[in-house]
Amino acid sequence: MNESREWSSQSIQAEINALKHKPGALLPILHALQDRFGFIPSDAIPLIAESLQQTRAEVHGVISFYHHFRTAPPGRHVVQICRAEACQAVGARQLEAHAKAHLGIDYHQTTSDREITLEAVYCLGNCACGPSIRVDDSVRGRVTPEAFDALMDELQTRPLEVMG
Amino acid sequence: MSIRVFVPRDTTALSLGADAVANRLAREAATRGHSITLVRNGSRGLAWLEPLVEVETPIGRFAYGPVSPNDVTALLDSGLLEGNISHPLALGPTEEIAYLARQQRLTFARIGITDPLSIEDYRAHTGFYGLEAALQREPQDIVEEVKASGLRGRGGAAFPTGIKWQTVLDTPADQKYIVCNADEGDSGTFADRLVMECDPYMLIEGMTIAGLAVKATQGYIYLRSEYPLAKEILDEAIARAEQAGYLGDNLCGSGRAFHLEVRLGAGAYICGEETSLLESLEGKRGLVRFKPPLPAIEGLFGRPTVVNNVLSLAAVPFILAEGAEAYATHGMGRSRGTLALQLAGNVKRGGLVELAFGATLRTLMEEFGGGTLSGKPLRAVQVGGPLGAYLPESQWDLPLDYEAFAAESAVLGHGGVVMFDESVDMAEQARFSMEFCKVESCGKCTPCRIGSTRGVEVIDRIRANQNREANLALLHDLCETMVDGSLCAMGGMAPFPVQSALAHFPDDFQRAANGDRS
Repeated sequence: MNESREWSSQSIQAEINALKHKPGALLPILHALQDRFGFIPSDAIPLIAESLQQTRAEVHGVISFYHHFRTAPPGRHVVQICRAEACQAVGARQLEAHAKAHLGIDYHQTTSDREITLEAVYCLGNCACGPSIRVDDSVRGRVTPEAFDALMDELQTRPLEVMG
Repeated sequence: MSIRVFVPRDTTALSLGADAVANRLAREAATRGHSITLVRNGSRGLAWLEPLVEVETPIGRFAYGPVSPNDVTALLDSGLLEGNISHPLALGPTEEIAYLARQQRLTFARIGITDPLSIEDYRAHTGFYGLEAALQREPQDIVEEVKASGLRGRGGAAFPTGIKWQTVLDTPADQKYIVCNADEGDSGTFADRLVMECDPYMLIEGMTIAGLAVKATQGYIYLRSEYPLAKEILDEAIARAEQAGYLGDNLCGSGRAFHLEVRLGAGAYICGEETSLLESLEGKRGLVRFKPPLPAIEGLFGRPTVVNNVLSLAAVPFILAEGAEAYATHGMGRSRGTLALQLAGNVKRGGLVELAFGATLRTLMEEFGGGTLSGKPLRAVQVGGPLGAYLPESQWDLPLDYEAFAAESAVLGHGGVVMFDESVDMAEQARFSMEFCKVESCGKCTPCRIGSTRGVEVIDRIRANQNREANLALLHDLCETMVDGSLCAMGGMAPFPVQSALAHFPDDFQRAANGDRS
């Protein structure tokens, strides 16, 4: 999957061109870039600005406003821990502390093996079955510290890759 | 004959292993030579029973739950496929589960019963009846029907939906829009998600009817990025609805048009505020706009725009199909129809409870919720999301009604009910409210942007027992300034949980003084 995440001016421009005709195209373009490359490369900002007839400052301002968009490559998996009230009521604060200690990182950081980026999230809509976390695009419910450890071990274990 | 077995595919069921259960069922049934048809239905909203497996029998559907993959062998051994009820996980006929049977499901009548993406299923359960009725009527007629139903905005503000539609209908423009607010950011709420994941055509139908009512031909669903599964399901449902002629340039052969597109938010709570949402849809930072002008007059791209919550729009097909009267007979006072309540947090039986307005909070938490999950005494409950007040036991007999809650400086909001047991530290919860506001403030107005930061600091000082009395007075003042001086509900309501914690749980702010904080 790492190959497809390599970016170039051409591939960025292709994503922009596919969406720039839409009304209010900026968010859809940013999503498309992040979905494809894992983050918004800084070289994308002038290309987007030029294509949408906006200033670089405007584009940068939008990227920095939204928590979802990131400007540095994340680890292989993004793990989000719900910090909101419904999960707090069933132990999210303890899970949060446990997760940081287990991974040895704080929010917005990536483990040294580049496997896991830890993020906070405010509600995943799984509020009757917390504490909840999201691993890439899948949500897990009733996550105990033990379940968290098992899941992280699973994520950090890579199958042997066959070259060729 | 092949037996139909249902394993839900909504986020909650999947978060608890529904895919593994479905795979195991398919494999074991095949090994045993049973012919089953696996249907990935929506959730019934009984979250504590997920994954809830159902089997279709000649006398109706039978439920089993919560099922883990390891239960599958024993369930099949005990006669799961015949609806046998000897296994401990057997719940009997699904419709007779008390939690479900005691609800008044109008909007959520179909969830969990159907395959969310099957248009045939949707039609077979009165789907598109409302749209077909609307296509026979004049725009003004449709607006009158919605007005007569008494439907009020379910996003939290409770503004009469029909009046909003009337304003948009009355404002001439070359282009109008229907925008669905699906930025369901309140903790403790998941009813919008259930609509989108479990009955997406209902939302599509509601938005199309809104389009016909106000003469708008373009709709957007502004969906939060935290809901990737809802995005996937909505995109597919829209594509299928277009193919079947329920969206596009020629709705059901009527020659009338309505187009729909899902747009993703990007993790900003403030974008649930309607003007901030419109800015975001236009591709900008989600800064709140001044009102007036109202979005109904100058909304998306400066055009007249209906901005409604998912649940408001989802209520519309029923109103058009069954008539305003059928909807308005439910409820109390000026709160007509049903409210989708969501039981969450430290609750034994969490899930979706759709009830007519007027039931009490206590009934909901005890009779439906069954008390706390931990088994410890219930201490506080936050209703209406992170901007809603924390209610102590003395307020649990409040009827669930917009006006009754407002009279107590509380809000029903989007119907989220988050329960906390006695281990909760309310000073810590108050601090979190300010911290959340600090993280999520759009930054446009000072009371919210600076006030929330100062709020965190002041609460920290109180908790550290520094100059307590002066800091408590300062916190009260700060809350007042934020309530009165903020531009929108974010800064204007963020103090509600703080003020309620101070009023009803003052001891928690004294712990440091008493020396019993570790």
